[in-house]
Amino acid sequence: MSVLLDVKDLIVRFYTQEGTVYAVNGVSFELEEGETLGIVGESGSGKSVSSLALMGLIPSPPGKVESGTVMFEGRDLLTLKPDQMRLIRGKEIAMIFQDPMTSLNPVLTIGTQITESLKLHEGMNTSQSRKRAADLLDMVGIPDAYRRLDDYPHQFSGGMRQRVMIAMGLSCNPKLLIADEPTTALDVTIQAQIIELVKQLKDEFNMAMIWITHDLGVVAGIADRIQVMYGGRIMESGSSHEVFGDSRHPYTEGLLGSLPRLDSSGEEKLTQIEGSPPDMRNEPAGCPFAPRCDVREYMNLEKCWDERPPLETVPADGGDGTHVMSCWADIREGVAENV
Amino acid sequence: MSSQVMTAENRKSLDENDVILEVTDLKKHFPISSGIVFQRQVGAVRAVDGISFHVVRGETLGLVGESGCGKSTTGRTILQLYRPTEGSVKFEGQELSTMGGNDLRQMRRRMQIIFQDPFASLNPRMTVGSIVSEPLQIHKIYSNKKERQQYVEQLMEKVGLNPYFINRYPHEFSGGQRQRIGIARALALEPSFIVADEPISALDVSIQAQVVNLMEELQDELNLTYLFIAHDLSMVRHICDRVAVMYLGKIVELGPVDEVYDNPQHPYTQALLSAVPVPDPMVEENRQRIIISGDLPSPANPPTGCNFNTRCPVRFDLCFEEPDPPLIEARPDHYVSCHRVT
Ligand SMILES: Nc1ncnc2c1ncn2[C@@H]1O[C@H](COP(=O)(O)OP(=O)(O)OP(=O)(O)O)[C@@H](O)[C@H]1O
Ligand SMILES: Nc1ncnc2c1ncn2[C@@H]1O[C@H](COP(=O)(O)OP(=O)(O)OP(=O)(O)O)[C@@H](O)[C@H]1O
Ligand code: SF4
Ligand code: SF4
Ligand SMILES: [Mg+2]
Ligand SMILES: [Mg+2]
Repeated sequence: MSVLLDVKDLIVRFYTQEGTVYAVNGVSFELEEGETLGIVGESGSGKSVSSLALMGLIPSPPGKVESGTVMFEGRDLLTLKPDQMRLIRGKEIAMIFQDPMTSLNPVLTIGTQITESLKLHEGMNTSQSRKRAADLLDMVGIPDAYRRLDDYPHQFSGGMRQRVMIAMGLSCNPKLLIADEPTTALDVTIQAQIIELVKQLKDEFNMAMIWITHDLGVVAGIADRIQVMYGGRIMESGSSHEVFGDSRHPYTEGLLGSLPRLDSSGEEKLTQIEGSPPDMRNEPAGCPFAPRCDVREYMNLEKCWDERPPLETVPADGGDGTHVMSCWADIREGVAENV
Repeated sequence: MSSQVMTAENRKSLDENDVILEVTDLKKHFPISSGIVFQRQVGAVRAVDGISFHVVRGETLGLVGESGCGKSTTGRTILQLYRPTEGSVKFEGQELSTMGGNDLRQMRRRMQIIFQDPFASLNPRMTVGSIVSEPLQIHKIYSNKKERQQYVEQLMEKVGLNPYFINRYPHEFSGGQRQRIGIARALALEPSFIVADEPISALDVSIQAQVVNLMEELQDELNLTYLFIAHDLSMVRHICDRVAVMYLGKIVELGPVDEVYDNPQHPYTQALLSAVPVPDPMVEENRQRIIISGDLPSPANPPTGCNFNTRCPVRFDLCFEEPDPPLIEARPDHYVSCHRVT
């Protein structure tokens, strides 16, 4: 496997009337070919902004990518001109969003919207591209696909629109698919349909994928690796077995503890993380989780307030060294039993 | 973090005979009209289409099902915020569906609702103090302003809000805090029954546990009864004693949570539970999913026969014939509406 995407020290801010929003504060990660990375974190933790930044889609103003590199196939995407970037978007990297209605044009038929990109990126003529568009819709499970090319987005249900978005995303065989909460607005039975579909297509197309969600259950089922974000920083990252089965970061632990389980009777009280998510208008000097962290409190770690913990390999980890976290304490070393 | 462990057994001692709410054959249809000058009814959305269940004092009944299946309409019709099209709602022994005016207003003190969206459900121009005390003013409780303020401060403390913030406005609070304001307001009149309509859906994961724990603590302390409407089936298993699964305006399965989750009988419940992702990669790797194809039919035009027959993986001839399957007790206390289950 070789590295497909290499993100380093990404910093993104928004300069708004209410002040500067410190949305992404130094994010670095790698993605291998064919790999699925799940990015989880609460609302406002910087999941969408960091992936929009890789795609050159940060609205500017008010947004600004302050620093960082995004190496994709030997090029730094952050240095490309807008029209070079446009060629990569849709062709090499595709993106699907939570609400398909915001990315589908309501006044154009589905067929027009899919064929447009096929004509642009693949140089197909009208009848070739219509044939291919119908095949794509058929592949994502839209019945009677050829006829439905002439329908408008509002004539499809929410789940079907998301299928259409997936068909459009896959139309040019991208190497990387970024899916930002693609199933959050859908019912669980429809979500299960979409997840099955994406898993199957991912193998067929041999794509790498970034799947953004706040639902830890969803990524447990599809991601090879998990990245947990909080306050615009990566708190912990590792294989899904490492993060779910052997989490080392107080925030990850807290998050997992606060989730009830479908598969066991819920008699214990949920552990709760006290306090509320950070206000992103203040740049935290130290660890963004410090105000809510009971490990910091228990260990009386003053450092957490004013020094940012670096993202480093988890100490004494049996794995291949890719299980990393950013924390001054290692909760397995003596603290966990006492908290 | 609290280390206190409570089990369902020591948490609840329910008296099965103390039925607080009894719903029988409840229907709520919304008319679909056409015509601009002369409106005439051309059909109806059968949002709730004949449901029956009861709730015991002190218990939490969960109401689950996909978007549009009629959960909120059920909650609102019980509270008489919508008047039923047909059927009966008996609360603490009294029939609500025919009750009007002052009697109903008095009754409403005993039944409250908490909404999903803590942002939209609070008046942005009112301070927390006036939001929480509004029900007290409407019902003219506490003519003495000082006493009222003291009571509001007590309520705020009870739901974990600092009374110091009594003069602040909703936008100055986080989502979880706003939901606490909603809960304080619902508790102001000392209700015995609360419809919680997706009270945690809009909240961050780390905040959901705070609100759920608060609701459980208040239930113990005040002997509250909840109808807990939710999408999150894992949370429902955690917080509820029994669960009712709705599909297209009808209850398809009803029973104690552990029983229904461990032995789902209705094909829809089976598919629904199998679709819920579990935050554990080991479990996910070995899971068998029942994927049901297609979308929810329109409640304005439900199928003939069993409502689930357009998507059911195990349907057969009988499922397309009237009458639709009745809700029968398939296992002890466990009710199912399906021709395959007898
Ligand atoms: N266009 C914008 N202008 C100003 N601030 C913005 C803008 N877009 C995002 N932000 C801010 O950047 C921060 C990170 O937002 P982001 O959308 O990445 O969060 P997220 O993790 O995707 O959350 P969610 O789960 O709610 O989608 C937030 O504080 C958000 O308010
Ligand atoms: N006031 C109304 N007028 C007309 N139709 C309505 C009204 N309220 C609800 N409906 C319809 O009744 C059906 C049931 O809606 P309801 O809001 O009860 O569903 P729900 O189960 O609460 O869904 P959700 O999970 O999305 O909140 C839907 O088809 C809805 O469009
Ligand atoms: S660095 Fe300190 S505050 Fe941050 S998670 Fe670790 S212990 Fe807690
Ligand atoms: S009655 Fe028939 S269609 Fe309905 S759930 Fe049972 S088997 Fe399926
Ligand atoms: Mg987002
Ligand atoms: Mg609802």
